[in-house]
Amino acid sequence: MAKLRIDGIEIEVEKGWTILETARFLGIDIPTLCYDDGLTPWGGCRLCVVEIGEGEKAKLVSSCTYTVQEGLTVRTGSKRVIKARKLLVELLLSSAPSSKTIQDLAAKLGVQKVRFKVEHDTCVYCGLCVRMCSEQMNAKAIGFTYRGVGIKIATPFDRTSEECRRCGACMYICPVCQLRCDGPHAERVVCGGCLTVDPRCLEFYEDIQCYMGIKGYCGACIREKP
Amino acid sequence: MEKLPPAARSKVHIRITGCHGFCETEPNVVIYPEGIFYQKVKPEDAEGIVKKTALERVIIDRLLYTDIHTNKKIVHEKDIPFYKKQQRILLSRNSLVDPTHIDDYLRIGGYKALSRALRTSSTEIITMVGKSGLRGRGGAGFLTGLKWKLCSQSKGDEKFVICNADEGDPGAYMDRSLLEGNPQSVIEGMIIGAYAIGSHEGYVYVRNEYPLAVKNITLAVEQANEYGLLGRNILGSGFDFDIKIVQGAGAFVCGEETALISSIEGKRGAPRQKPFYPAERGLYKKPTNINNVETWANIPLIVEEGPEWFSGIGTETCKGTKIFSLVGKIRNTGLVEVPMGITLKEIIYDIGGGIVNDKKFKAVQTGGPSGGCIPKDLLDLPLDYESLIRAGSIMGSGGMIVMDEDTCMVDIARYFLNFLKDESCGNCLPCRKGIQRMHEIVVDITEGKGKEEDISLLNDLAETVRDTSLCGLGQTASNPVLSTLKYFGEEYISHIKDKKCPAGVCRGLIHYSIIEGKCNGCGLCKRFCTEGAVEGEKKKPHYIVEAKCIKCGVCIDSCKFDAISVE
Repeated sequence: MAKLRIDGIEIEVEKGWTILETARFLGIDIPTLCYDDGLTPWGGCRLCVVEIGEGEKAKLVSSCTYTVQEGLTVRTGSKRVIKARKLLVELLLSSAPSSKTIQDLAAKLGVQKVRFKVEHDTCVYCGLCVRMCSEQMNAKAIGFTYRGVGIKIATPFDRTSEECRRCGACMYICPVCQLRCDGPHAERVVCGGCLTVDPRCLEFYEDIQCYMGIKGYCGACIREKP
Repeated sequence: MEKLPPAARSKVHIRITGCHGFCETEPNVVIYPEGIFYQKVKPEDAEGIVKKTALERVIIDRLLYTDIHTNKKIVHEKDIPFYKKQQRILLSRNSLVDPTHIDDYLRIGGYKALSRALRTSSTEIITMVGKSGLRGRGGAGFLTGLKWKLCSQSKGDEKFVICNADEGDPGAYMDRSLLEGNPQSVIEGMIIGAYAIGSHEGYVYVRNEYPLAVKNITLAVEQANEYGLLGRNILGSGFDFDIKIVQGAGAFVCGEETALISSIEGKRGAPRQKPFYPAERGLYKKPTNINNVETWANIPLIVEEGPEWFSGIGTETCKGTKIFSLVGKIRNTGLVEVPMGITLKEIIYDIGGGIVNDKKFKAVQTGGPSGGCIPKDLLDLPLDYESLIRAGSIMGSGGMIVMDEDTCMVDIARYFLNFLKDESCGNCLPCRKGIQRMHEIVVDITEGKGKEEDISLLNDLAETVRDTSLCGLGQTASNPVLSTLKYFGEEYISHIKDKKCPAGVCRGLIHYSIIEGKCNGCGLCKRFCTEGAVEGEKKKPHYIVEAKCIKCGVCIDSCKFDAISVE
């Protein structure tokens, strides 16, 4: 067992648990994109970053891959974490603005504009399909190829795969090849942000657990009455 | 040799050695025992060198090195300013051995350290390395003794040691010179390490772009096997150890230890999240100790000379020497080995001889593509891991690129981002997309399309990429941007606001024109210009048509009268 502190809450969990599992056990919501309960954590989207350690040694780690350690202090919603997550979502939005999953994440995190050139890349290389294919479907028909900006997900040598059974699981789990929510502003990069509010409570409650939603985003505590 | 009388042949031994470090003057010939140093020799000089200098001890004046400051000829290697301030505990042995002959290495005392190590207990060796204070020379500076201890304490039926020779930084070739020039010292270090950790299998991961290094290390392993220094029952101690050579396929990211391990396993070279560290779960999920070439080469010296000797060199926190590859706009290009804690000024001016063509120094970039640019004000910075990080750069594996006043710092950031955007493994979002976006913004700025808000966006993005990336590549990829923004922010501003490139480098922001008073209408530039942008009558001053000019600079290169100006 390992004793740790998440957002001021002390908890003892079995060794081998990840920070994300522990946080979700406590009801703390941490946004994720490339994580799925049924698949091995990948740590690629980095949306689930949390801050660990104190002072100069404080750093951000991906909570889906980081296993708990005795005496660990975790902050799931510090300013540094929120700032990083918002920028990561902005990066995602700029490359796949037509994904409803990403639009929802953006709305939840209060991302209201995209400052980068908008592309319609479609694939965000979260790797869910690759893991789905190999771990759940046992086919291993697709994988990552090339690197850097030229990265691709493909069958070996881009040939028709004999391993692929056309089961469609890769498409089922893909967060970007779905129809976009046709909100009031369907043409814009950021949809309409029906959930969008400023995370103003962070100014006051950095280390405290908020039960109203994702800490720092819901805005319920400061929302003005209509 | 054939031209010599038979009696003289036995008096001279000629040896082809590895790199001496002083690239600017190569090819070099050094005649021992005095250490007479000849530079820039040609094949036709060979006969004279052997007959005159080696046999008759007559010095050939024209082959000597001339001091750039005093203009005096220098006879001996040790008196040359380039070598004087160095402390070459590793590199000096390069000039004493023929890397293709193990006997040469044995003659200078090679493998003595191994035979001593095999007679001591493994824990004693680990303590010895720990006491020496040696830190990993690959860049992160983790204590080698501690790394070995952690790996030796990890439970596992099988353990591995790896030598990381995937030196991918543009303009850096420290590891290459050690592998090419003295591969046995690396092998000796690895055997000692394997013995200390309890490993029986080792790998040298060397990049394919170093054919000579691959050849020499492969040959060295074969020879060590023949001599019983590798294989079963090494030197009768009962200890078994084998080394395999693995060639990298040219991915920069495979220098990252977990990516390197995946690559050896035959998978795609991509890093994975730590923890677990390789010491617990590395190659084939077994405890693995991975060190850089230079770290391994230091081990035999520590065992032989003792940890106190080693920790006597350097500073409080950083012991020993470090090899840097000094390149760029510097007079004495080459490999320099200096004690830790020496200042940048001493390296650049005393050893490096200052800037080429007496231009002004602008910045020095340390640590490879993901290092930062250090400005003039910080030239007194002592070179150690911590000081460099505080200055916004890194030690890296020891690249050092000197830049003069004609360098545009925004263009430098663009160059390194361009390299990194292609070399990121692409697995994690901030590194793949973040670097690409930073590159886009910086390219816009160099083309005069920058907006004022770009600077804060660039800053935010750089910080996020640094904070959230999965591996060391992404975590340091922002350094070129952050350090140039910090120290040369005004250059970004003049690119964005005034639409000017102060150094006259960024093509989108410079204009070529012909100075009327200087041009005599020779027409040379007109002939060279592929775009037909130069017009004018013969023997009358010419002019450049801005709309046609592609800013290639061929007119400047061709003009003999300095009549073309760039603004």
